[in-house]
Amino acid sequence: MSGELLRAEGIGKHFGGFVALEGITVSFAAGQLTSIIGPNGAGKSTFFNILSGALTPTSGKLHFRGRELNGLPQHRFVHQGISRSYQITNIFPDLSVHENVRVAAQALTVSYDIWRNRARLTELNARADVALDAVGLLGRRAELAKFLSHGQQRALEIAIALVSEPELLLLDEPTAGMGPEETKDMVALLERLAEKRTVLLVEHKMKMVLGLSKRVVVLHHGRLLADGAPDEIRSNPEVRRVYLGQSEGYG
Amino acid sequence: MTSPSGGEAVAKSTSSGLGRLLDQRVLLSIAVLAVLPWLLPSQALAVNVLIYGVVVMGYNLLFGYTGLLSFGQAAFFGAGAYFTGIAIGRYGVPWFAAVPIAVLLSTGLAAAIGIVSTRTRGIYFSMVTLALAQLVYYVALQASSFTGGENGLRGFTVDRVSLFGLSVNFLDPVNKYYVLMAFAALAMWFQSRILNSPFGAVIEAIRENEQRARACGYDVERSKLIVFMLSGAISSLGGCMLALHLSIVPLDILHYQTSGMIVMMVLLGGARSFFGPFVGAAAFLILEDVISVWTPHWQLFVGAIFVLFVLFLPKGIWGTLLDTLGVGKARP
Repeated sequence: MSGELLRAEGIGKHFGGFVALEGITVSFAAGQLTSIIGPNGAGKSTFFNILSGALTPTSGKLHFRGRELNGLPQHRFVHQGISRSYQITNIFPDLSVHENVRVAAQALTVSYDIWRNRARLTELNARADVALDAVGLLGRRAELAKFLSHGQQRALEIAIALVSEPELLLLDEPTAGMGPEETKDMVALLERLAEKRTVLLVEHKMKMVLGLSKRVVVLHHGRLLADGAPDEIRSNPEVRRVYLGQSEGYG
Repeated sequence: MTSPSGGEAVAKSTSSGLGRLLDQRVLLSIAVLAVLPWLLPSQALAVNVLIYGVVVMGYNLLFGYTGLLSFGQAAFFGAGAYFTGIAIGRYGVPWFAAVPIAVLLSTGLAAAIGIVSTRTRGIYFSMVTLALAQLVYYVALQASSFTGGENGLRGFTVDRVSLFGLSVNFLDPVNKYYVLMAFAALAMWFQSRILNSPFGAVIEAIRENEQRARACGYDVERSKLIVFMLSGAISSLGGCMLALHLSIVPLDILHYQTSGMIVMMVLLGGARSFFGPFVGAAAFLILEDVISVWTPHWQLFVGAIFVLFVLFLPKGIWGTLLDTLGVGKARP
């Protein structure tokens, strides 16, 4: 896989008088893992929400596979091939682990059918199990999602995003609130995912980001500060000043 | 379309024998309703349980399964009854045509109210449904040449029901009960079908996490509108049954107190359970029956019991019973 998958042109977002993002122009090639980093309030989450359709940009254009995404309602983004996970665990707590993923898979094929029996949509069941297997949760498929540990809920969250077979997977701090052991498992999972698809990652843990990504995009005060390979970012004086300098081993 | 879902409701069959038995929920529910007139103190009570059970079941689709707290379900209950009565009394439509016509018109009303109300959320949704349902009440009150106004709708009586060459004396209470039970069975089959369908999964996902459902690719607003219409359609069938049963339509059934009663019934019986609405309707009507013999202030006692339920048995009678037996957890 190669070539441009997603291009943002001069993306800006204002909330009233507050400028959250301004003039972000960046493009992402297919088939690599890119991280977006920046101090708190840098605009990472806002940028992510725009990329996944949850927010409409005040200015600028989004192109995905050559198609303009502006004006598309949020629920259509998955159908285009962009799927996301959330910073705060965002699952269906009172449904079984399997149903969490199955219902996500179903969104792409049948939504309003009231006549068929959903248990007979065996292809969806199988796809849900494949996604659960990929994140290591197949053994807990019958449990209610709310009874999973925090780390497992994060993994389930990724399975929900993964089951739509997205071309672009947006992961918002997948290791948020995780201990070292869980983080290690998650990093291994992210490495496996990045082998096959384009992944965009928002992360706080610098060591992890620099080790994992092929490319790092740095945001600061809503603007693009730096963009390059991990080594370039590490040695970029601007980045060191605003971010790394605070603590080299952040996280 | 395949056979009624009783035979195939194996979406999440539990391993125990009891669980497998409960997978036949439509057939089981019909079996219980079939003997209901002999279990309850009076035939009249049994008919009311049947009617309100259907109304509350439709409401459960909206409230229990989708998580939308509407305070206006009486509008569809009433619409079903009024449309049936008007079709028969004013236009001489035979009963078997009047019922589907009434359900269709009521579904149209649900679409109109749903388009406005499903754009709002939380308490605003509850208030908008309440206000629009009251609007329907006042329309029925004012348009007295059509609806009979305050006196209710009169002048239509179905004394014989005949279909496919079979003719039944509808004035006989036992016959009447079983004819109405056929409507209830149809409603239960339809509801079970919806719950087992892919769309049934969508509404549960919306209840669990609306934001996530949208991110998964579901058009949440459109899904809410569809479920609002389906819920209204089922509840309106209960209204048709009431009209056939009473041969009058009292204006009161459109009032918001009826909507409140529907909410109480579903909570008493157990929201999110298939048979809970019938249990809730029975519990409420029996309480009303028993306590109103002792005191005219029966609502005070029913209210107190209701508060105790909300505090200590949030899953209602039937939901708690299923949980206790260990079969209620994974069922749609």
